[in-house]
Amino acid sequence: MIALEGGFADVPVEASRAFRAVLEAMARPGRIEAVTGAQAPGLSVAASVVALTLIDGTTPVFLAEDVDSPALRQWLAFHTGAPVVARGAAMFALGGWAALGPLGAYAQGTPEYPDRSATLIVEVQRLENAGAKLTGPGIEREAWLNLPEVEAFLANRAQFPLGVDFIFCAGDRLAGLPRSTRVEG
Amino acid sequence: MSLAGLRQGKPEHAGHGEAGEQPHEVAADIHFAAPFSKENAGMDESVPGGAYNFAYLDEETKRMIRRAILKGIAIPGYQVPFASREMPMPYGWGTGGVQVSAACLTPDDSFKVIDQGADDTTNAVSIRKFFERTAGVETTERTAEATVIQTRHRIPETPLTEGQILVYQVPIPEPLRFLEPRETETRRMHALEDYGLMHVKLYEDIARHGEIATAYAYPVKVEGRYVMDPSPIPKFDNPKMEMAAIQLFGAGREQRIYAIPPYTRVVSLDFEDHPFVAGKAPHDCALCGASDTYLDEIITDDAGSRMYVCSDTDHCATRQEAAA
Repeated sequence: MIALEGGFADVPVEASRAFRAVLEAMARPGRIEAVTGAQAPGLSVAASVVALTLIDGTTPVFLAEDVDSPALRQWLAFHTGAPVVARGAAMFALGGWAALGPLGAYAQGTPEYPDRSATLIVEVQRLENAGAKLTGPGIEREAWLNLPEVEAFLANRAQFPLGVDFIFCAGDRLAGLPRSTRVEG
Repeated sequence: MSLAGLRQGKPEHAGHGEAGEQPHEVAADIHFAAPFSKENAGMDESVPGGAYNFAYLDEETKRMIRRAILKGIAIPGYQVPFASREMPMPYGWGTGGVQVSAACLTPDDSFKVIDQGADDTTNAVSIRKFFERTAGVETTERTAEATVIQTRHRIPETPLTEGQILVYQVPIPEPLRFLEPRETETRRMHALEDYGLMHVKLYEDIARHGEIATAYAYPVKVEGRYVMDPSPIPKFDNPKMEMAAIQLFGAGREQRIYAIPPYTRVVSLDFEDHPFVAGKAPHDCALCGASDTYLDEIITDDAGSRMYVCSDTDHCATRQEAAA
């Protein structure tokens, strides 16, 4: 029965608020937003909320080893109906940084359709405005975010407009890192 | 409204706490799309439009639009295809903008709609009423108080701030469309960053008219990569596109969504010896006296008399109030 729990109580309203948080986070890299309302087995509140807000039966999902479990699969099936697939076929991926890689295995988009690329929902221990320096669209001068590493994001930015996008989740907080952001160590 | 009621196609009244008539085995405590606005106005069948989901669109459609918006934000200026829905208004009335607004609105928002800068034109009034009914949001005419602003063909004069979203209604999202009618070709041109044709067009303007004659929908380059149609805003508004608010563009008939994140570089295309000029009529507003706003030319009689007034009605009215 755990699969039936942990969803939004009031879907349209909670999803709308969650989307606005994700939009602000993605449009302003470095900004940390708080969300509430969902709890999947083995995921943070933020990752659960993002999953319910963006994932459904039309979006195949990859589950990294560290979060994959029968309970999570049942929860996703009940609340979203999303098929669970391998990295290359996924529109969304869920998991910790180490288990999600390599980034090159995900859809990067095509030159004609760079939007046909994966979004990675990355579980991290904590989020804070320290560490890597971010510049680019959405950032007035510069912003900071503790990223799990730097090289992968340099490589991702280098192939702009192709690439994958990231939503980092820790507890009930999330931050976005679109492919357009320039990262310095 | 309960899941059971929906499955049976039975309209339920006002839907809350009515556990009495739960038919058969469906769990009575499954809570489905509960109240979304003050006094549950949306579920009240005495309110026109009240039988619709919050903000009219179903959740699956909103998720699809939200995913497109996020990819648009990640690739500034790139046109993301989306499965545009039929809306209860004709194409050309802002169906793209309405769908983007529907995907963004929360019950806490304050919503403003302008049409050519004015809050009181038919298009603006009807879209504002549409979301008052289907989303129960507050509406306002004050630019500074709005959190989501849907616009047709203008950027408000009052500078927008963080926390605001500007949603543009876009008729033809492809800046290269009138130069190259084939979508396969324009898509390849964007992929190869092949924008020579656009510069030839601007050059031909200069050769023919002595200056770049494009006065609205003036093409811009976003973050040094994609050439983008800013929608038919006057070129006067182009410099404002580097702003603190999020800008989202929706083209309903053409099924495209694109975006400019805050503080993104937006450069109007030009030549070194013919630099971009954000032009306007060489007058002051006849009502508020402003010399730095975009003006509408109003014909006042059959003898050719005319006056120039601010196209942004909120900005003009605020200035008149302050002066009074």
